[in-house]
Amino acid sequence: MGNIRTGLKNASRRKFLQQLALWGGGSVLAGGAIASALHYEHKKKGVPHIKEIAEHTHQLKVNKEALSELQRRGREGIPGKRWIWVIDLAKCKNAQRCMSACQQAHHLRPEQSHMNVLVMQASEHTPAYYMPKPCQHCDNPPCVSVCPVDATFKRQDGVVLIDNQRCIGCRFCIAACPYNARMFNWIEPLYAKEDANMEYNVELNLPQRKGTITKCLMSADRLREGKLPYCVSACPNGVYWFGDENEDVVTNGTTHETMRLSELLEKNGAYQLMPELGTKPRVYYLPPKGRSVPVKEEDKEKAIEYVHHFES
Amino acid sequence: MNVANEKVINDLLRPIGYGKGFLIWMSFLTAALVACLYAYVIQLKVGLGVTGLRDYVSWGIYIANFVFFVATSLIGMLISAVLGLTQIKWASPLARIAEIISLAFAAVAGLVIISDMGRPDRFLYLFFYGRIQSPIIWDVTVVTTYVVISTLLLYLPMIPDIALCRDRLTHVPKWQRKLYEILSVNWQNSENQQRIIRQGVKTLLILIIPVALAIHTVTSWLFAVTHRPGWDSTIFGPYFVTGAFVSGTAAVIIAMYVFRKIYHLEQYITVDLFDKIGKLLVLVSLVYLYFNINEYLVPVYKLKHADAAHLHELFQGRFAVLYWSVQLGGLLLPIILLLFKPMRKPLPLLIVAIFVIIGAWFKRYLIVIPTMQHPFLPIQNVPIEYQIYKPTLIEIAITIAPIILVLMIITVLSKTFPVLPIQEVESHEDN
Ligand code: SF4
Ligand code: SF4
Repeated sequence: MGNIRTGLKNASRRKFLQQLALWGGGSVLAGGAIASALHYEHKKKGVPHIKEIAEHTHQLKVNKEALSELQRRGREGIPGKRWIWVIDLAKCKNAQRCMSACQQAHHLRPEQSHMNVLVMQASEHTPAYYMPKPCQHCDNPPCVSVCPVDATFKRQDGVVLIDNQRCIGCRFCIAACPYNARMFNWIEPLYAKEDANMEYNVELNLPQRKGTITKCLMSADRLREGKLPYCVSACPNGVYWFGDENEDVVTNGTTHETMRLSELLEKNGAYQLMPELGTKPRVYYLPPKGRSVPVKEEDKEKAIEYVHHFES
Repeated sequence: MNVANEKVINDLLRPIGYGKGFLIWMSFLTAALVACLYAYVIQLKVGLGVTGLRDYVSWGIYIANFVFFVATSLIGMLISAVLGLTQIKWASPLARIAEIISLAFAAVAGLVIISDMGRPDRFLYLFFYGRIQSPIIWDVTVVTTYVVISTLLLYLPMIPDIALCRDRLTHVPKWQRKLYEILSVNWQNSENQQRIIRQGVKTLLILIIPVALAIHTVTSWLFAVTHRPGWDSTIFGPYFVTGAFVSGTAAVIIAMYVFRKIYHLEQYITVDLFDKIGKLLVLVSLVYLYFNINEYLVPVYKLKHADAAHLHELFQGRFAVLYWSVQLGGLLLPIILLLFKPMRKPLPLLIVAIFVIIGAWFKRYLIVIPTMQHPFLPIQNVPIEYQIYKPTLIEIAITIAPIILVLMIITVLSKTFPVLPIQEVESHEDN
């Protein structure tokens, strides 16, 4: 009797185990099949990886085959260069030509400003001033760190770009950027129809795409042609100096005067925006010292509002 | 098997089946879901511009909802694993309810995050081009793992009950019997089978603790890895995890009340059980309160430049009414009320739990939105809707959709399987 019972038990146990094993084995197999299929899809294209040497912590591997020629060279950057930007706040009269030149070049909506001229004030008793604010092209860019799909990246020449064919629109980079330098295409871009057949140029970020990021590109397309950025050339007031850190020269976009970068920074007491965050901006500001143009009354109000905002 | 056990089995199996009430409720949910999905179709067509989100507040109620979902899904780990492994017996009948809630919220959380994506069509890029350095990739990985473990943790201990369904529920439709037959994997209640399940469950209970901690810690890091005031915090991990237990416990209380009433389980989901889980809610709320004090008091003391504006908006500014309602009505007041035994009776406890869970949702709102509303640099040269975030109707509908989905999952599971683990209840009855 006892034997029969145990026998039965064993039999049922075996069957139970068998079924459990079947289920487990089945799911493992299915998972494995999917994984290997994906792997194969990747493999069959058979193209090796290129390695991008980005900034220290931001070494990225990119699948070469998925990229067009424009994208490949856009991701690599221009060898030997380290682009640098100096913005002279003493000169800015809020002409906003930089903003419109930029919007035109990148087919942006009026509310999208890669370059945004802000009116700023440090404290109650200091004067207000205008501050053009592009992407800071940080050397330790938080936006690049958080991007889950390598859609935004740092190039060897220092430029931080966005690949809108890769971007999934999670907007983590917007959350991470402390300078509010990034914008999103919340709806169909302005010239979606007109640009539809254009080949995507990552250095110009055109055509813009709905549901993806856009941001200041340091006019990487112009740099490739050896020209100054759109905004820099458009400024009538000599606010912008642009150049190559490796050569230690910068050129003024208005006067085309050239200067030693190190000298310009040193003589004018240059500073960076929020250096304490450790983002290492590639944009330097010269303080708004000895300004000749006054700030408009309504802008002063905006500026003081901002001061109070933090003092409350 | 004695008469008492026989009664337990009958009582617990009785709610199973898809009656009229079930059909009406499900049709209602389906209709509501379809309406909300229509809103999503509009969003897909037009773009995220149909929401109140803009470049400054670019994460809104979708993300708040996501955090809430992940938070609530942690409760399975607390009830089954923490209380289970430490042999706290009173909670064991609640394990299945907690696991059902966990599974439903965790599984749907993934969909919530997709609704926030600008390019949902590129979702698979996360797997093709995933960069291991990004917390989003960590989140995707651990949430998936958690869903798998939660499913197993719901399923394995339920096998004996499914076998009971297979043996006893002969009147149900054929597909349902087939389902029980397949899912019960030839369970004969032999010692060996019991041992296998016991061991399997134990392993899962241990496994689920780090994974559960990980999902919510990583979710908190989506914020904490940034520089923004209000997010730039080193205690965000534990702060989120402890907050998760509060909303999860409240969810279990609500589910207990509803199941008890609708499925006539007064005898099994006892008044005493409400009293005990009421105390648990006090405990987890106290721990959460402690983290709240840390999170807000220390920055208030220093009033660093950027923090000051943020805290001012919360304490006295635009978000003050919401902030204080949430902190007082959703946290402090419940703690005080629940110290009194009469408040831990089913109905009062239900009302408190509803306040707590609504508070928990809006707490996530307060974590996500005010911070984005106060960037370091001023918001200028943009239209007014860029300056102030106001969720749109479409956005609200898309936020409600996952909640409906969770209700549907919970309803179907609770109508297909016994919501209380029969063996646990039996042993309780025997005591
Ligand atoms: S300013 Fe913002 S967008 Fe530009 S590199 Fe730095 S973090 Fe990225
Ligand atoms: S929105 Fe695009 S660029 Fe920004 S983090 Fe997400 S995928 Fe990367």
